[in-house]
Amino acid sequence: MTDANALLLALAIPTVTMFLIAASGSRPNIRDGISVAASVATFAVVLRLLESVMDGARPSVTLIEVMPGLVINFAIEPLGMLFATVASGLWIVTAIYSIGYMRGAHEKKQTRFYICFALAIASALAIAFSGNLFTLFIFYEVLTISTYPLVAHKETPEARSGARVYLGILMTTSILFLLVAVIWTWNIAGTMEFRAGGILEGKIDPAYAPFLLAFFAFGIGKAALMPFHRWLPAAMVAPTPVSALLHAVAVVKAGVFTMLKVGTYIFGVGFLSKTGASDWLMWIAAASILIASIVALTKDDLKARLAYSTVSQLSYITLGMALANQMGVIGGSMHIVTHAVGKITLFMCAGAIYVAAHKTKVSELDGLGRKMPVTFICFTIAALSIIGLPPFAGAWSKWYLLLAAADEGQMALIAVLMLSSLLNVAYLLSISGRAFFAPARDRMAHSLDAAAAPSKGIEEAPLFCLIPICLTALGCVVVFFAVGGLYEYLLSIPILPEAAP
Amino acid sequence: MSEQGFDFQFVVSHYNYWMFVILMMTGLYITVSRGNLIKKVVGLNIFQTAVFMLYISMGKITGGTAPVLIDEPDILYSNPLPHVLILTAIVVGIATTALALALAVRIRETYGTVEEDEIAEIEQKMEVDVSVTRGASGR
Amino acid sequence: MMALIVSNLPALQVALPIIAAPFCLILGRGAWAWALATIVSFVTFAISLALFASVYDGSIISYHMGGWAPPIGIEYRVDIVNAFVLLIVSGVAALVLPYAYRSVADEIPADRQPIFYTAFLLCVAGLLGVTITGDAFNVFVFLEISSLSTYALVASGAWRNKRALTASYNYLIMGTVGATFFVIGIGMLYMITGTLNMADLAVRIADHGDSSTLHMGFVFILIGIGLKLAMFPLHLWLPNAYSFAPSAVTAFLAATATKVAVYVMLRFMFTVLGFDFEFQADTLKLVVFPLAVAAMFAASLVAIFQDDLKRMLAYSSIAQIGYILLGLAFLTHTGLLASIVHLFNHAVTKGALFMVAGCFVLSTGTSSISSLRGVGRDMPWTAAAFVAGGFSLIGLPLTVGFISKWYLVQAALELGWWPVALLIMASSLLAIIYVWRVVEAVYLQPAPEGITRKEAPLSMLVPAWILVGLSIWFGVSASLTTTAASRAADALIGQSQILWQE
Repeated sequence: MTDANALLLALAIPTVTMFLIAASGSRPNIRDGISVAASVATFAVVLRLLESVMDGARPSVTLIEVMPGLVINFAIEPLGMLFATVASGLWIVTAIYSIGYMRGAHEKKQTRFYICFALAIASALAIAFSGNLFTLFIFYEVLTISTYPLVAHKETPEARSGARVYLGILMTTSILFLLVAVIWTWNIAGTMEFRAGGILEGKIDPAYAPFLLAFFAFGIGKAALMPFHRWLPAAMVAPTPVSALLHAVAVVKAGVFTMLKVGTYIFGVGFLSKTGASDWLMWIAAASILIASIVALTKDDLKARLAYSTVSQLSYITLGMALANQMGVIGGSMHIVTHAVGKITLFMCAGAIYVAAHKTKVSELDGLGRKMPVTFICFTIAALSIIGLPPFAGAWSKWYLLLAAADEGQMALIAVLMLSSLLNVAYLLSISGRAFFAPARDRMAHSLDAAAAPSKGIEEAPLFCLIPICLTALGCVVVFFAVGGLYEYLLSIPILPEAAP
Repeated sequence: MSEQGFDFQFVVSHYNYWMFVILMMTGLYITVSRGNLIKKVVGLNIFQTAVFMLYISMGKITGGTAPVLIDEPDILYSNPLPHVLILTAIVVGIATTALALALAVRIRETYGTVEEDEIAEIEQKMEVDVSVTRGASGR
Repeated sequence: MMALIVSNLPALQVALPIIAAPFCLILGRGAWAWALATIVSFVTFAISLALFASVYDGSIISYHMGGWAPPIGIEYRVDIVNAFVLLIVSGVAALVLPYAYRSVADEIPADRQPIFYTAFLLCVAGLLGVTITGDAFNVFVFLEISSLSTYALVASGAWRNKRALTASYNYLIMGTVGATFFVIGIGMLYMITGTLNMADLAVRIADHGDSSTLHMGFVFILIGIGLKLAMFPLHLWLPNAYSFAPSAVTAFLAATATKVAVYVMLRFMFTVLGFDFEFQADTLKLVVFPLAVAAMFAASLVAIFQDDLKRMLAYSSIAQIGYILLGLAFLTHTGLLASIVHLFNHAVTKGALFMVAGCFVLSTGTSSISSLRGVGRDMPWTAAAFVAGGFSLIGLPLTVGFISKWYLVQAALELGWWPVALLIMASSLLAIIYVWRVVEAVYLQPAPEGITRKEAPLSMLVPAWILVGLSIWFGVSASLTTTAASRAADALIGQSQILWQE
């Protein structure tokens, strides 16, 4: 199997899975089995690709010419490979988890759910592998559309209005700003290929560069840069596996991944730092980090709190791009991995809590840690990773981002990063604290059902939910120790134009 | 000669155009302002007739005779083409009038009136009725 | 024999449906009339395909009606521009007629069906004639043939809702006023040049140069055609006519009638009057351009608040015509390309959507959006077709709508007209709102209790899905349409005598 074929295969598996799932809709066990098997197969193919990419291969496939000069092209480079690995790897975990969750929570229309889920993964992979801006934009939109039914899954009025906000903001930003930016780029550069060192240098008047960057930065609504972040909390009406995989990994990471791609391969890091076009973006990102963290503190709904935490963490990556140096890109890319592992654990814990105890509010979690020890231990590990304490994964990405900020001599940004970590402690560890140490409330007042049920020692979520959580929590630790390899790998992201030595 | 603001010669020599403009405006005004469907058709007819006149009068050449081929080398003919065109246009006009009148008859049969405002009233009521029944079935 | 047919293809293109039309009446039975009309529509489509294939390389077919040489005789002149439009008209006709069988059987009494198909074929013939002819007055005659039959077709919706009668009447009044304005405009051009052949007109107008008569002629033609193509604010006839006409008629008209009118406008503006006619350029920039932008927003906003699906789509059509006119008003190659490609794209999209609306009407008995709640479960294929068509209307990637938007925005950016690019995008956001209202009702709202709705019959679904398929196919691989449109734009620009600076 050549690399190019492997690339197509990686995209084809989730696409074909859609049809298989649709065909086996009436037999839930086969359907769920297919979904898990497909995720494993996809991951295997992606790993196989990762190996070649690490050996220096750069496979590229051109599918069709949509308009004269505009082709759908897939080409793999290290950054995209990283995103693909994360997305497809965590798909396995989520596929297993959703079986437990969807059955445990008795959700309806599960077939539609799995179909859209597979489509979302397929488009996330297509985004990761896209070889030019045009392809990326197309699948960016496909991802938006395919996740809409997932967000609206419950079909309640709240789900409908949440989905409306979700679609509205993502569509508005992408059509109003991103598409204009894409066409603008095409107009001035005459190409949309992702090229090391960027394609815009010498083509665009440096005075306009900040404006074009602004169109990109706000147009990539999936990166949830403030003030276009509202869709992320709104999307929390979705079932938890959706929040976990899509709104902690695939969709939001597709956003920041696009941001990094644009920064390194369209503008070029050198061009950005030379012209200072991204200076303003640094401050917007910094503000986003702080404001979102503070808002997260005020949220009582567990998923909403995690959502705002995501908004804040995503801006770290945007910040990494805006810093426009190699450390920034490395720190940002690494944060894609570390935050993905951490946040998916947190969301899956939130889901497990909902399935096992039907709790969604932070204030209701008092004493729950003793009933669900595994869940809450994993929650704490992931929280520590997000906060950035060693020996957990998040420590490294924050470290490199700090280095990047120091490289630029931005002391204020260092302060922001520090402050934000403190805020993380406040809004994440307080949850674990309540769960483990606060005395259980008198539950009579809350629910008669719960009081009527005999109180057992341990009331964990189904095993299908628990195993994935443990796996990803373990991942938080593993990534910390495997960081050397990751760092080496990220160094291979081409920053300079190819002509330069 | 055109220094004096009002050029009598110009006005007279273009009198066919003046007639055209007057007829056209009359027709258009009737079509737009009258609420009676039949009167609208009348207005439309006047409007179209104005155009027929425009075409026919522009085919006329001063001193020209009817465009029938006669055996005389120096004779000046009027341009026959506009006449031919207008024959076609008249046919189209008649077809339009016929269709409009047929529609007016059908409207009279269904609504019981050919006055526009009364029809509008009836249609408004239909719309309200529809939304009432729909609201009822919706609940 | 074959050679005779081939050499007379341009004449057959129009003559065939005209000759077949009375036979529909003679056959006397709805099904037979339908069969004849359908066969004729297939043949006309084949003819237009052949014509398109032979002019795709940029050559021009000039056919002399009755052997009379132009400019005295009537010339049928086929170049890439009108071959493209012929293809749209005959193609949509060939899809709508199979669709019409069930839809018309439901909406029109059996004894009136032969008349319906007669009128339909006349309408097709008229539209094809307008497109193919190279004679200015001939355009008027065919325009009236198609319009008169359209009025009759719209009025035939009266068996479903009597308001079709008044809708048709208003359409008749406004349409006739428009046609008469158009004829006055042609008269003015004739007055200057003494010819009616379009190619000849173009040469003589270029020789003659600018004059106030020419200005008047242009303005009359603009307003006349503006009425026919529902240029905002001359669109008042359109919403009622489209909502109350039988579904098959609406699908056909929405996809073709306004497109043909746009073609006439393109032809007169660029071939006859010339691309660089200064007064025209000013009018386009100062009058048509703002009106186009206003149409994009005003009509979309009104569409948002409609409860009737067909009426909503009708208002959306007015907005889409705004896009086409906007492309024209840029007066650049890319702008023109965007207009022409949108001509095709919108025909495909709107045709599909109105067909879907017709399917809904057949099953639910009404076209109101609130009666579509939960219909996605009962009519999965119809509902999915609506979603796909809606995506194209919004202009999402991988649909034809995206291609049009892409070129429109590119044209705006080439000129450096920033705000316009943003306005185009902003108006397509309005499209999201009105499309999504329906999508939500269809999929996410619970169906009313105790109502089951049957999926539309295959004879209606297949044509609708063919159009949807086309809208996706040409959205994924748009090279054919954009190349054709680009050549058409070249032809329109190139035919003006004076050099156009890039």
